[in-house]
Amino acid sequence: MFQYYLDLALRSLKRNKALTALMVFAVALGIGASMTTLTVFHVLSGDPIPGASGTLFYPQLDPQDMDGYQPGKEPPAQVTWIDGMNLLRAHRGVRQALMTGGAVPVQPAQSDLDPFFSDARYTTADFFAMFQAPFLYGHGWNAADDDAKARVAVITRKLNDKLFGGKDSTGQTLRIKDTAFRVIGVLGDWRPNPHFYDLNTGGYRGVEDAFLPLTTFRDLRLDRNGSMDCWGRGGGDEDHLETATCVWLQFWVQLDDASQAAAYKQFLVNYSREQHDLGRFQRPPNVRLRSLMQWLDYNKVVPSDVRLQVYLAFGFLLVCLVNTVGLMLAKFMRRAGELGVRRALGASRRNVFAQLLVESGVIGLAGGLGGLGLALLGLWAVRHQPSDYAELARLDPTMLLTTFLLAVGASLLAGLLPAWRACQVAPALQLKSQ
Amino acid sequence: MDILPILATLRRHKVTATLLILQIALTCAIVCNAVFLITQRLHRMDMPSGVAEHELVHLRLADIGRRDDEKARTAEDLALLRQIPGVTEVASVNQVPFGNSSNNSGIKLDPKQSQSTLNMTTYFGENLAQAFGVQLVSGRMLQPDDYMDFDAVVHAAQAGDLKHLPSVIVITQALAERLWPGQSALGKQIYLGSEVPLRVVGVVRGLVRPSIWDDAMAQYTGILPVRVFDGNYILRTAPGERDRVLKAAIAALKKSDPHRVVIAQHIWDDMRSDFFRQDRAMAVLLVGVCIALLVVTALGIVGLGSFWVAQRRRQIGVRRALGATRANILHYFQTENFLLATIGIGLGMVLAYGINLFLMQHYELPRLPAIYFPVGAVALWLIGQVAVLGPALRAAAVPPVVATRSV
Repeated sequence: MFQYYLDLALRSLKRNKALTALMVFAVALGIGASMTTLTVFHVLSGDPIPGASGTLFYPQLDPQDMDGYQPGKEPPAQVTWIDGMNLLRAHRGVRQALMTGGAVPVQPAQSDLDPFFSDARYTTADFFAMFQAPFLYGHGWNAADDDAKARVAVITRKLNDKLFGGKDSTGQTLRIKDTAFRVIGVLGDWRPNPHFYDLNTGGYRGVEDAFLPLTTFRDLRLDRNGSMDCWGRGGGDEDHLETATCVWLQFWVQLDDASQAAAYKQFLVNYSREQHDLGRFQRPPNVRLRSLMQWLDYNKVVPSDVRLQVYLAFGFLLVCLVNTVGLMLAKFMRRAGELGVRRALGASRRNVFAQLLVESGVIGLAGGLGGLGLALLGLWAVRHQPSDYAELARLDPTMLLTTFLLAVGASLLAGLLPAWRACQVAPALQLKSQ
Repeated sequence: MDILPILATLRRHKVTATLLILQIALTCAIVCNAVFLITQRLHRMDMPSGVAEHELVHLRLADIGRRDDEKARTAEDLALLRQIPGVTEVASVNQVPFGNSSNNSGIKLDPKQSQSTLNMTTYFGENLAQAFGVQLVSGRMLQPDDYMDFDAVVHAAQAGDLKHLPSVIVITQALAERLWPGQSALGKQIYLGSEVPLRVVGVVRGLVRPSIWDDAMAQYTGILPVRVFDGNYILRTAPGERDRVLKAAIAALKKSDPHRVVIAQHIWDDMRSDFFRQDRAMAVLLVGVCIALLVVTALGIVGLGSFWVAQRRRQIGVRRALGATRANILHYFQTENFLLATIGIGLGMVLAYGINLFLMQHYELPRLPAIYFPVGAVALWLIGQVAVLGPALRAAAVPPVVATRSV
């Protein structure tokens, strides 16, 4: 039966090629636009560390003076050196890491490579384990290295390829700012999206090429990047960052369950009180403990333009579908005579309905295929845009399946109304007018 | 033209007509808002910078090793850059317009205020205004003896030593107008943070911020008499000379001290185009969507029109046999389309307004100007008429003899 309907549908579609093409084209265009934007949105709003993001938290404290104080206002988005170090040493979480971004001058040993600047992350020992960074060779450093301001470095595969030809470079020397560092680890492919641990340096860029101990960064006075907010007499003086009344570091903590999180939040309140009593903090305790996904959400990390594009594409899809419904309806109604004959010859309303639905399903399938092609083309275009997230715009199996379900679902939905209207036709009336 | 028979016919095609109306309404609503968004983006991309855009070259170098003689080296660099033929002004600056990295500070009109009046960006660098080509509107530019070294200023600030902090500032017209509407800003006092008083000695036409998070505050800028030594240089030259000057500058600086790396080099126009690339991409995308929408709607009208014409061949033949002219038939279909379009446009306007309200809430967009409604209406009427012309002409070509034949 289905095959017969399919045959009827193909015949009917062939009879009016221009119209069929127009319907398929409209569905394809709408699906293509929606899938392109939805895929970009899906990629950008994804979970950077699936499985572990629920255990990662971003504590915030309010160490500012009373100038500009408003009760209920959000605390600063970063921490001072003193608070960061205190939280790190308190060891209240399963793991914790303090960090900031920067850029370091790398001096290759090869004479044919000019010195260049690489983005760097200055952090503490737990960083790699806590964020599940995969190691290709070697390992990260430990707390003793942090304390000793060790000249050790973990580099990415990209930098390893560039400097050491992709070989296991652990134990080799890496010259940074006229200082010899020992490479102790090479990271495998790792690109958490968004660049969640520091949103100041671009939401969707890849990870930094070199990872160095935070204490070493200060010891060598390496260059830092990112935002710094100061109050009172704090200023951008690079020599006194440890004591400056400025927030400029990110602190992350791993807490494995809700009770640990609740205990940690209480610890933050107690810590704020204690600092208040010591005279360092002036404001009443004002703390936040957002989970990773909450932190991304709070920072509205998905660009608002991307959201706007999704709305726009779905508006467009709606117009395309209304267009197709209208055309299909006109087409089915024009065949009222033919349908009347079928009904008179014994086809039930249900049969006619099924037949018409198969026809609209064929259009949906063709439109879906076309839409998939257009979505691939659209994503290719997005990848050639000059934005941080350009290279991430790729169709994954989930989105592929979604495209197809969306296409067929949408056109079946679009076929429902015309098919239902057409099978309402009274056979007798149609036969008479012949 | 009598529209009653048309309405009577349409009543027999209620669902199809409704769908067409809906499609026109949605198209009208989306296109009105999209065109509005496009003009907003284009307007933003035209944001004035206040600098001599076509005459600037930007160059930034960073040291490979640690240096302790930045001041002497900066003086040396500036002297070298000045010697390059064609260079008219040079400056060592802390930040550049549309450069994305910025120094900002809260300012107050009264040190006892608990909240800052507003946030402005602070430009440092001797000869900065001259090198950027910023235009003075009133008062004076900063003079060499106003200037202090950055490190000395930082130490004085930490010690609370007002004597060794800058005491004068040049601000933009936009900032002056915001702080003292309708008055002259010259001689007025502002406070940087809470405690550093600064007297306004000059007002410039404009100087845009390096990074802009609120377009209304894009020109809230102050120039302070602080010398900086970060290897961040601005050169001014004739527009045609910029490429050559940039190359010569890099060569001269690398020759004088090879132990450093060029981390940024721009002809300034490229900075503007980089800064607004997102807006440009969005505008192009919106234009594409508008065209696609209008094409799909037009094709929909053509398709539906053709159907109706084919369906009514017999009636058309009868009308022709009863004396209707070709023009009558043509006008019939044109009027029908006009009626449907009008209803669609009416509905579309309401929808457009609704979408605009939604966007205003979520995207800080202004209200859709009233001019968009008539323009959108005319556009859709035109598209409807053009699209229906083909089917209508085919209808008009139906000969009266069709009436006597069975279909």
